[in-house]
Amino acid sequence: MSTNHNSSDESGVSRRGFLKGMGVGTVSTGVLSNASLHEARAAEPGVKGPGDTAIVLKINGKNKQLNIEPRVTLLDALRNRLDLTGPKKVCDRGTCGACTVLVDGDPMYACSLLAVEAQGREITTVEGLGTPEKMNAVQEAFIDRDAQQCGFCTPGFVTACSAFVRDNPNASVDEVKNGLGGNLCRCGTYAGMVLAASDAAKEKGSA
Amino acid sequence: MAKVAWPEKGDRKILGSRIPRQDGPPKVTGTAKYSYDINRPDMLWGKLVTSPNAHAELISVDTSVAAAIPGVKAVWVDEELVGDELRYVGQVIACVAADTEEAAIEGAEKVKLQLKALEHQVADDDVALSSGRPSNKEQGNLDEGFAGADVVVEGEYGIAVITHCCLEPHGQVTEVKDGELHVWPSTQNVSRYANQFGDEIEIPQNKIHVDTQYMGGGFGSKFNIDKWGIIGAKLSQETGRPVKIMLDRKEELMIAGNRPSGFAKIKVGLQKDGLISAVDAEVWGSGGQGAFRAPPIPYVFTKVPNTRLVGKGIRTNRGGVRAWRAPNHPQGALLTMSAVDDAAAALGMDSLEFFMKNAALTDRPEVYREELQIAANIIGYRQKAHARGDSGSGPVKRGLGISMHTWGGRGHPSECDVTINSDGSVEAKIGSQDLGTGTRTCIAMVIAETLGLPYEAVTVHLGRNSYPQSGASGGSTTIGGISVSARRAATDALNDLLKTVAGRLGTTDDKLEASAGRIHQIEKAGGGVSWREACSMLGPNSITKRGINNPGESQQEGLISAGVGGVQIADVSVDVETGIVTMNEMVAVQDCGLIVNMKLAESQVYGALIMGITYALYEESIYDSKTGIMLNPDMEFYRLAGIKDVGDLKVHMMTGKGYDDRGIIGIGEPPAISPGAAISNAVANACGVRVPSLPLTPERVIAALQKGGDIA
Repeated sequence: MSTNHNSSDESGVSRRGFLKGMGVGTVSTGVLSNASLHEARAAEPGVKGPGDTAIVLKINGKNKQLNIEPRVTLLDALRNRLDLTGPKKVCDRGTCGACTVLVDGDPMYACSLLAVEAQGREITTVEGLGTPEKMNAVQEAFIDRDAQQCGFCTPGFVTACSAFVRDNPNASVDEVKNGLGGNLCRCGTYAGMVLAASDAAKEKGSA
Repeated sequence: MAKVAWPEKGDRKILGSRIPRQDGPPKVTGTAKYSYDINRPDMLWGKLVTSPNAHAELISVDTSVAAAIPGVKAVWVDEELVGDELRYVGQVIACVAADTEEAAIEGAEKVKLQLKALEHQVADDDVALSSGRPSNKEQGNLDEGFAGADVVVEGEYGIAVITHCCLEPHGQVTEVKDGELHVWPSTQNVSRYANQFGDEIEIPQNKIHVDTQYMGGGFGSKFNIDKWGIIGAKLSQETGRPVKIMLDRKEELMIAGNRPSGFAKIKVGLQKDGLISAVDAEVWGSGGQGAFRAPPIPYVFTKVPNTRLVGKGIRTNRGGVRAWRAPNHPQGALLTMSAVDDAAAALGMDSLEFFMKNAALTDRPEVYREELQIAANIIGYRQKAHARGDSGSGPVKRGLGISMHTWGGRGHPSECDVTINSDGSVEAKIGSQDLGTGTRTCIAMVIAETLGLPYEAVTVHLGRNSYPQSGASGGSTTIGGISVSARRAATDALNDLLKTVAGRLGTTDDKLEASAGRIHQIEKAGGGVSWREACSMLGPNSITKRGINNPGESQQEGLISAGVGGVQIADVSVDVETGIVTMNEMVAVQDCGLIVNMKLAESQVYGALIMGITYALYEESIYDSKTGIMLNPDMEFYRLAGIKDVGDLKVHMMTGKGYDDRGIIGIGEPPAISPGAAISNAVANACGVRVPSLPLTPERVIAALQKGGDIA
């Protein structure tokens, strides 16, 4: 999975500006002081923070207004500010995939994307893929194949898998294993997941 | 309470079937609220401050900078630790509570600790570091045992400390309101959580409300309230606001559960027919700060006539141990099965033949022989087997390895209320918890079977301490406990309903039964009245009955039992140029008495295989001796197996005569015991040398190959 950084102009957080701010802070006090940050902001008018900044995120088809600090990840914005707790926080550094969401349709780790970077993009969480009353094919297949135990990795897997079968109808078992390689499970539900993904892919392929 | 029994095979409508789990829809749609997902109005975030040193004196804690950070509302400090020793990295010292998680993290970083470093010790693999009096257990006469042996083989083996790595970390949300305490912990122990507050807070237990609807993995590490549980309550009392404290990944991997290591020097004597005559084992390892208990050696082969087991503990400045799926059994299995398989190889005996022969030295020879046969057939053992190291000339060597295991799994004490309402609805209340094993589903199935209803007709309420007490979910004790208490409660409730219906139908309750959604004359299915009609006769009065599982009594009645056997065979490939071990296939054959839900039972075994493959090949908690810190407290370098790493898995559950009639026995632990040993034996079979310690990393495989076949 990759993170698309092209939106930095819109969000106002550019890598160059961030590094510059860090540099000034380090030289003067050894910590990132407010004064140095303000200095950095003055030099780079697009830079936001460190205080709250108003943003709009489009999540599961609805616009959500938020006042958050630029340092808040998309995952923390979803979970802590919007109570969208389907995506889970596990490794918090882009390894395990429990926080997987769709950004403009592509699976991405929400822990590794700042909320401000996600402005102007279509964000879909597991809650947007189906409900207990009306599940999508992947969700149904996960239940049928018992591809979850504690279920803490499940939303991330379901999200990654939903994008995978959409793009890879009729996927082979090996393709399924490659496609779901960005997520980890601790209870050991992979055997069921391979079958579930294959079932869902077949359904997509024949649909 | 009425006498109960499980229905005979032909009479089971629901028990043993493959019903999908009730917790599936909320989990796959992200609507299941785990403890970590509980967001209370006006909630604060707590972030722990922990020891950066493995061993140090804590001279002072300065919270002034942290407290001044915008958003920080309170800082709790363990004043009793000031002036005292810190004994491991990650030891909890303080906690910062703030309006946002970000501010809490920033605050915790700004708490200044003044420390005086002391000498630490984090190595756990050197017997010379052991301290205290060794344990010693002997049986028979070792000298005679080895004198009578035709082959004597000696080797050293080991299994590293691993950590539970629950995906939902330990922690809880705590809210003290109007003198009552509400807590949403990630726990395996709902009924016995509140009492653990002890004297730490002045709120009586009846005003402590525990609620765990969904929890993200425990594996034995979540029985205790833990220090963060107490801190959460104190911070909530102090601030008047709810407080969420969840460990971060680094803390979770360092301080929330370690499985003790086990290293051993083992001497095995075999007669020329392959029967084990003597086992002499010296075993050492670490339980961190806690005591070390020697794993059982010889494991499973408890009838080896001449044995000695000496255990030596090593104290380390590392986070404490917690129970990990079948405590001490995976270590016992790896150490024993490696040593005896090396002896079999030295004798030139095929491993399957060897394990078949030595099944005679186990508590359940017939079961193991049957399971070995089935496992061998499934994996095609006889077609694939070869002598150790006789695996062709190419760089990729293929091999097979076998292991056997046992576990108790008797149901724990449990109480359950079953209510039949006049609208026909049925509810169960039980202070148990569903760790993802399918506890909810199994309770609903047992009650539905008893009442002759579809399982969807039963609503199960669990996860609250206000419900009847039920045991902690550990040691594979839940399924037996909850099944019996639910069965007894449902039986008694039904008997009451039958009495009411009998009066209306002008018959007696002993002539009625419930099946297929009707109450009718015995053996006259389809007659009588519908379940709904029957329940409507209750008028405004519901029936509620409590069922109790007393393990001893239930075992005597044949409802539950203890003691299972399992056999696993692994098929691996080893690239002797890179040292990489690849799983081709793995088979598990397992018994667990009467199976409540076949799909869920199989899932436990698949899961245990995968967890076992993970600790066999990847998992190790690595500490640096010089600095005393854990080098891999994250999920890049503390590796879990991914979906591509586990090969083709096959599970066979033993059912039918000799199994079903034993009653219900737990399944969570046993299949997690053998994978390390089976995979280690398969690697030895493939590449001709024993890789002595788990995990079987490329580095260890290459080192063993370079050292050559010293052992076998």
